[in-house]
Amino acid sequence: MMYNFAIDPLLTGKVLWTPLLIVLLKVVVVFAVGLVATMLMVWFERKVIAGMQNRIGPNKAGPFGILQTLADGIKLFFKEDLIPERSDRFVFKLAPYLAFVPAFLTFAIIPLGGDFRGDNDGLVTWFGQQTRVQLADPPIGILFALAISSIAIYGIMLAGWSSGSKYPLLGSVRASAQMVSYEAALGLSVAAVVLVSGTLSTSGIVARQSSLGNWNVIVTGIVPFFIFMIAATAELNRPPFDLVEAEQELVGGFNTEYASLRFALFYLAEFMNTVTMSALIVTLFFGGPQPISVGSLTVDIPIIGNAFEGTIWLLLKVLVFLYIYVWFRATLPRFRYDQLMDLGWKVLIPASLGWFILLAAQRVGQDAGWDRYVVTIATVLILLVCYSLLALAQRTSENERKRDGVMF
Amino acid sequence: MGLFVFVCAAAMVLVGAVGVVTRNNPVHAALSLVLTLFGIAVLFVANNAHFLAAVQVIVYAGAIVVLFLFVIMLLGVDQAEDLSLEPLTVQRPLALVVSIGVTGVIIAAVLKSQDALFARGTGIDSATLQDADANIRQLSRSIFTDYVFAFEVTSVLLLIAVVGTVVMSRRQHGQHVEESV
Repeated sequence: MMYNFAIDPLLTGKVLWTPLLIVLLKVVVVFAVGLVATMLMVWFERKVIAGMQNRIGPNKAGPFGILQTLADGIKLFFKEDLIPERSDRFVFKLAPYLAFVPAFLTFAIIPLGGDFRGDNDGLVTWFGQQTRVQLADPPIGILFALAISSIAIYGIMLAGWSSGSKYPLLGSVRASAQMVSYEAALGLSVAAVVLVSGTLSTSGIVARQSSLGNWNVIVTGIVPFFIFMIAATAELNRPPFDLVEAEQELVGGFNTEYASLRFALFYLAEFMNTVTMSALIVTLFFGGPQPISVGSLTVDIPIIGNAFEGTIWLLLKVLVFLYIYVWFRATLPRFRYDQLMDLGWKVLIPASLGWFILLAAQRVGQDAGWDRYVVTIATVLILLVCYSLLALAQRTSENERKRDGVMF
Repeated sequence: MGLFVFVCAAAMVLVGAVGVVTRNNPVHAALSLVLTLFGIAVLFVANNAHFLAAVQVIVYAGAIVVLFLFVIMLLGVDQAEDLSLEPLTVQRPLALVVSIGVTGVIIAAVLKSQDALFARGTGIDSATLQDADANIRQLSRSIFTDYVFAFEVTSVLLLIAVVGTVVMSRRQHGQHVEESV
């Protein structure tokens, strides 16, 4: 298809126009939806937290204060653009974009709607073209999301370093250590989903979760979901893992020296990432745009077409997780840094690895025709032996450290 | 289109590689390395090796260079260095010899296999490309069957490196008092 571009530079041929326009339309729509969702998320968070703390929250701009974010954005836009004298100017200017662009890129692979019922496979027909309601469906699918989330570290890390000041640097070193640590647990819980789905493509993962019993949260046995949820919260640097911006210790964290539009970009990226991560959780574990159905019984929204209904389901499911994230923020106190690292390395990574091995062993047993319970019990026993070895090693190292007089 | 992608990606790789060598600031050099790694990832995608491209970005750009930057920032060597000073005087002439040697070997290899440059291969098996996951399946099959020994030995090597680092960097009992003074 792309070769026609060279032969037909004026785009007069009928072959190219529609697909190209559909792709352009999708890009614009995904960008706009992302921005509007982020704007509403900021408002939603402030309003819900205010409710949880017996306050009113934003209520001046627009109905229910819904335009508050827009007002804040305009204010930030007109503020003076400051660059610290001791900063590395090029990297200082580059860093906000390195944080902002990955936040949008992940949104591209999330199925935003479409009809996955029966044999439809999520395909919709627009202007005579079969397509999916997602910007891109690359064969590596979910690995793309992992790659982008590992790139997102650069924005925060370079912002802290290039500010030429010690508190942002401390904040960014913390943030990058945290994100690198939790990425392993994140990847291993995604691996569990990939193992049961048998595909990396996000639309393929959604297509296999046709009814409530097939949702990956149940098929993978709920543990990978919890690990993913915790690791994602740490990856987003949201409370209770928001050590990056621990105000009491670090002034404002990695973005202390930023002002005006550049600060707005960081702020936008943070909330955009929250929305994207919630959508990713829904896609991986809760069937994405699939309706809730038990057996042959499907909860169907009347009148609205099946393809658009998918978008409504996705929205409802994502809203639940956005609410949970806000709830976390309002409820949980911040972790201490060593507790954070202990949780990541000593609990989440071994747990996700062990669970992955258990699922893989069941898979092998299924293929070889072994008894399911025997396989499960044998694997659990082996994992218990491994865990006790790990616990022994941890206790030994703790004793050694106590003897050496290290605090933690 | 294929040529266009190749030229862009190759330019990325070259600009990044030159940047790694010429930038005085270690952080800028590390960022140039990221540019090179991204260019290579694009080249992988252009050759339909999507999985390798993803791994390239996740492992190299997302983990290894991040650790490089981490070390640079923590050690505080992130100032521009004076390149006229050289602690190991033999290093530069040796580097020159090695680089000329490598260039010579590459040129010789290209000249030797000149016929192969214009020969058209059968290319990638397009039937397997219809299945999006065929790429990964083939890769994992060859890693865990034909090359399983090399694969496991490599992982043992990495493990030895980790254990060695821990052993060497660990302070002996009671030694920290003298060191911290």
